[in-house]
Formats: sequence, structure tokens, C-alpha cells
Amino acid sequence: MKSKRILDALLAPMVAIIFSVVLASVILMLFGANPIETFSKMINYAATPRSISLILNSATTYYFSAVAVAIGFKMNLFNIGVNGQYRLATAVGALVAGALTFPGYISIPIVIFVSMLVGSLWAGIAAWLKVYRGVSEVISTIMLNFIAIGLIAYLLAPSMLGVQTAENVVGTPVIPESGRFPGFSIPGSQVPVYGMLFLAALLGFAYWFILNRTRFGFDLRSVGQSPSAAVASGVNVKRMTMYSMLLSGAVAGLVGLPLLLGAQYSFTVNFPGSYGFTGIAIALLGRNHPVGIAFGALLWAFLDVSSQILDLVGVPREIIVIMQGVIVLSVVIAYEITRRVKVRRQQDAVGKATAVAQ
Amino acid sequence: MRRVIKIASVLFAGSLVLAACSSSDEAAVEENAAPVVKVGLAYDSGGRGDGTFNDAAAAGVDRAVAEFGVEVNEVEAADADGTPERAERLRLLASEGYNPVIAVGFAYSDALAEVAPEFPDTTFAIVDSVVDAPNVGSLIFAAEQGSFLVGTIAASASKSGKVGFIGGMEIDLIKAFQAGFEQGVKAVNPAATISVAYMGPAGDNSAWNAPDRAKTAVEGMIDKGVDIVYAAAGGSGLGMHQAIAAAGGSAKGYWGIGVDSDEYVLPARAEFKENIVTSMLKRVDTAVFDVIAGVVNGSPLTGIQNFDLSRGGVGYSSSNPVVSAFASVADGYAEKIKNGEITVSSTLTE
Repeated sequence: MKSKRILDALLAPMVAIIFSVVLASVILMLFGANPIETFSKMINYAATPRSISLILNSATTYYFSAVAVAIGFKMNLFNIGVNGQYRLATAVGALVAGALTFPGYISIPIVIFVSMLVGSLWAGIAAWLKVYRGVSEVISTIMLNFIAIGLIAYLLAPSMLGVQTAENVVGTPVIPESGRFPGFSIPGSQVPVYGMLFLAALLGFAYWFILNRTRFGFDLRSVGQSPSAAVASGVNVKRMTMYSMLLSGAVAGLVGLPLLLGAQYSFTVNFPGSYGFTGIAIALLGRNHPVGIAFGALLWAFLDVSSQILDLVGVPREIIVIMQGVIVLSVVIAYEITRRVKVRRQQDAVGKATAVAQ
Repeated sequence: MRRVIKIASVLFAGSLVLAACSSSDEAAVEENAAPVVKVGLAYDSGGRGDGTFNDAAAAGVDRAVAEFGVEVNEVEAADADGTPERAERLRLLASEGYNPVIAVGFAYSDALAEVAPEFPDTTFAIVDSVVDAPNVGSLIFAAEQGSFLVGTIAASASKSGKVGFIGGMEIDLIKAFQAGFEQGVKAVNPAATISVAYMGPAGDNSAWNAPDRAKTAVEGMIDKGVDIVYAAAGGSGLGMHQAIAAAGGSAKGYWGIGVDSDEYVLPARAEFKENIVTSMLKRVDTAVFDVIAGVVNGSPLTGIQNFDLSRGGVGYSSSNPVVSAFASVADGYAEKIKNGEITVSSTLTE
């Protein structure tokens, strides 16, 4: 029974991936490229130690982002504000990290805490607006993204707290050696793997545990599935909305830290700003399940990293964007179809059962 | 739950479609019979065909291909790239034997600082930034000097005495354009007023590609009596041309000033060429060509290379014959800048 359930869960993503590969092959052939050659180049490149490091690193970042989004999804909340939350959180975290000269085991936890707090407070604004003023979080979180960008630009102006880190590049003071999160190396790769990979795994477990093994998680899921039923069973929906947005924001606060503490060491105007949207896609792909999200993040990172080699061999790397889009769309469609089939089957069964009873 | 997922999928799919549309076509590069030098060119986001900055670099490479028959491979950054992605792009080019490897844009600074020491035998170059390594040529430009010259042209050409400046992202790099432009305008017409608008704060990458915002800003300027506008805003500059064309263009006395490339001759701006009085030329093409020439001739260009007016690194374009009416003024100031009589500041005075 259990293995059948797993097979059911895997069916939709597998179909989606195959469909996207087929579609990408057709497009590649239209461009005059050989699909088999192209895919084997992607896979060969992805199998090198350096690419594996890069894939693990990107996947770590994506995982945090997708879990932040998934916490909202579980509550029927759509947090599009992960971008703004993590950027502000990372900028403030970078300022704190740049100023601290404690040993790493003291300063890194402080930076992680500060970033989670900032992300959580920024999401808290949207949560407050939703709970007490009825403002849809879809609108408020998007708007807060823009405010966050403006606020960061203000904070990082050289007249405020920013410094010039290179010609034409303004950012936070560079984080001292002691404040960096140690990574580890895969033999043959000069790119270290983020140590925060383990934190991501830990977060995945905590997410699963809280959701499935605690009363809080039960309340959260019940509100997401049916607010009226949740109210009837004594759940305070307003409070749960508040908590889950704060929690989502806190996790969003972690999104920028692997890159900040593991590779870039300074928050600059060039800091990537759209991991939040990637997180939405991966949360959809992984069905908000901690293991599903992990696979989704790895798949996404693999596609992103291998786009580099496509660019080099002259294949338009937009093919990767198309594949990513097709995978997400077909996963969502496949789930919707299987859901409808299931509902119809159930109705049939119920209909037959009642007919027999009469 | 399902409602949310539907909204999310639609939004996400939409953003993907937009992203795919905005990407430019990859230009095919023909291989030459006996390639000696393989040039690796890493564009910033936008790539070849962006109408200004990246296209200027592309022009330099095209010239090198024509003159030396070098082989070229061009790759392009994505908007979402961080330092690791940019570093990997440079590393791939260098490890595939491309030499020189040219990084277009200051966003590659940290990435190049990381990668350059790994390939001591490869010559690297970076546009608009300084990377301190023995095998890196740092190509920087005195944009304030060129902007000063187009400022004198703007002040001479304006009938209302009101000129405008459209900046991309509000960072020091672009403020230098504004500073030079304002000094040039004031040198010719101290009573002139200058309207300024930036398309986004530091860190807002959309500022480089927001023609809609630029169009609205320029329309507002025109309403206030501005009749000539200078845009240093990457892809957003298109909006300035649209607004000026909508106001009646050069026939009604409204002019635009281009930036980086000679926009008068750019195919991407053909529709607006009659309204483009001149362009501030930031000769990224010359710099890129010089780097390639250095490697071809066996004397790589390294260290800080300051492309200023006296080196021909910046200037203004004379492609539009209309500009000849103002050329004597601009050329007079150019001489004064070259011989040091005038020093153009790259920072705003206030």
C-alpha cells in the first residue's frame, strides 16, 4: 500500500520531466541542434566535481527558499515576498557579520538569528495587514519587495553604512575570516560546498516534524485545508495566520546566508534578488513535502548549472528556462488531473455503495 | 490550497514566458580557417543586442574578428546570477582554452578576483571595474568627460534652456555621467535647469531594462519644458526615445542623446535615429579591441587602463550631421579637457 502511494506521488513529476525533455528536444531540433548530444553534454558537465559542488550550493539556497514558500502554502497563504524578506535579512545580517569580530561559533549563530528575525519582521508586516486589516498577502508581500529594495539601497549608500568593496561596487563591509560559515571540498573541485547544506537538511527535518508530529502543525494544516472546520475545532485562525507568516519569513531570512557566509562575504548591489520566485516553483514541484522539495531543488540547480555549458557550446540557454517552465506547469496539471480522477472514483464508489444500500 | 497553487502557477509561468521573450538572440560566430587566438567574452545580462553597453563590447569583438580572424565564444549572464555563477562562467571559458577572457560589466568584479589567480597564463580583462591581479586588465572609462561634451551640446541645442538626464541604477558609476553632463551644461549656459530621474535605486536590476519608467519620466520632463534629454540607463534608454518621438521628435525641436554606443547608427534604434542628435561614446569597443590586439601581438594589456578623452576612450558621436552646428563648442571644451585646463569632476557637487 505504502509503495503504491510513493509510486503515485512520483508519477506526476516523472511524467512532467519526460514531457519537458521531449518538448525541449523538439525545440532543440528546430534550432538545428542535436538533442541527444546536448543532453549528454549537460549530464557530462554536471557530473564533474566542480559542477556537483555548484549544484549542491544552489540547491541549498533553493531549499531554504522553497521551504519558506511551502510553510505559507500549507496555510493557504501565498508568500511572494520571500525576495524582499531574504534580501533585507541578508543585508542586515551582512552588516552585523561585518561588524562582529567574535569567533565563528559565537558570531555565526548571532548572524543567523538576526537574519531570521529581520525576515520574520518583514513578513510580519504583511501578516499584520492580513489579520487586522484584511489585506491580501499576495498584494502586500509583492509591494513590500519593492520597499525592501529601496530600504536596502538607503542602508547601503556610502553615506550610510555601505562601503566601496571594488571599483563601482558598493556593499556591506567584507565579513572577516572568523565570521564565515566553513564549507567542505569535494576532491577535484576548487569550489567549496556550503556548510549550510547541513542546516538545510536540519530545517527539512524540523519542517516535517513540526508539521506532522506537533499540535501546531496539525492546526496549521487544518486551517489550510478548511478554515471553517478549523474554527469549529477550536483553532484560532488569526493567530495561526500570524504565526505561519512569521515562520515563513524567518525561514526566508536564511535564503541569502549560504551565499553570503559561504562565498560572497559581502552584500553588494549585485546580490542575486530572485531566489524567492525560484522557491515558489520548487515548492510547487515538491508538493510542499520536505523530501519532494529537496529533489525539486536539486533538479532546478542541475538545470541552472548546466545552462552554463549550453551557452558555451552555442545552444541557446533559454532552453533551460523553457524546460523549467514546462516541468512546473505539467506537474501542476498532472496533479490536478489525478485529483479529479480520484474525486470522480470516490463519487462513483459512494454512489454505488448508497445504491446498494437502497 | 488549490486556489493558491493555481495563482502561483499562472504567475510563475507568466514570468518564465516574459523571461524567455526578453532574452536576445545568440549571434552565431563563424569559425575561421586557422584560428590563432580564441576570445572568450562574458556579457552582462542583456548580452549582444541590448542597444548600448554590451553592444559596444560586441562591436569591439567584431572588429577584432574582421582584423585578426580571431575565434570568439560569447556567453551571457542571467539576471539572477550571483558571484558563483559568474565565476563559473569565467572559469569555464578559461579552462576551455579561451585567452583572453573578457568580462563585460562591474558585476563580474568579485568573480574575476576569484578566478584570475587560478589561470595565471590566461589574460583577463574587466570592463568598468578594477581587479588587482597581474594577469587582469582593468578597463575603466572617464565617462564624466564624454558626458561633459554631450552636456555642452545639450545646452547649445536646447531652445528652452531646460535639459533632462535619465539615469539607470542610482550608483556612483552612473552619477559620474550625471555629474559630467551637468558641468557641461552649466559651462555653456549657467542659467540652464537640469531635470534628473533615476530608474531605480542601487540593487534594483530592473532599472537597466525599464523603458516604460523612462518613457513616463521623460514625458514628465517634456511637460515641464525640457527639450533635450540624455539617457545613461542601458535598455531603459529606449523609453526616452519613445517619449521624444511621441512629442514630435526633432521636427518639433525635441532631441535625445544616446549613450555608450553610437545609437544613431544602431539597428536597434533605427526608428528613432532622426531624433538622436549625438551619443556619448564610451569606447568599450576600443578597449575590448585593444585587449584582444594585445594578446594577438603578444603584449597583453594588464593593470589599470584608464580610457579617457585624450586616449580616445570617451567622446561624442558626429554621425548625425545636425551635430556639426554644435561641434565647434564641444571640440573647444574637448581641447581644454585634454590639456588639463578644465578638470571634470566625476562626483556630484551637492
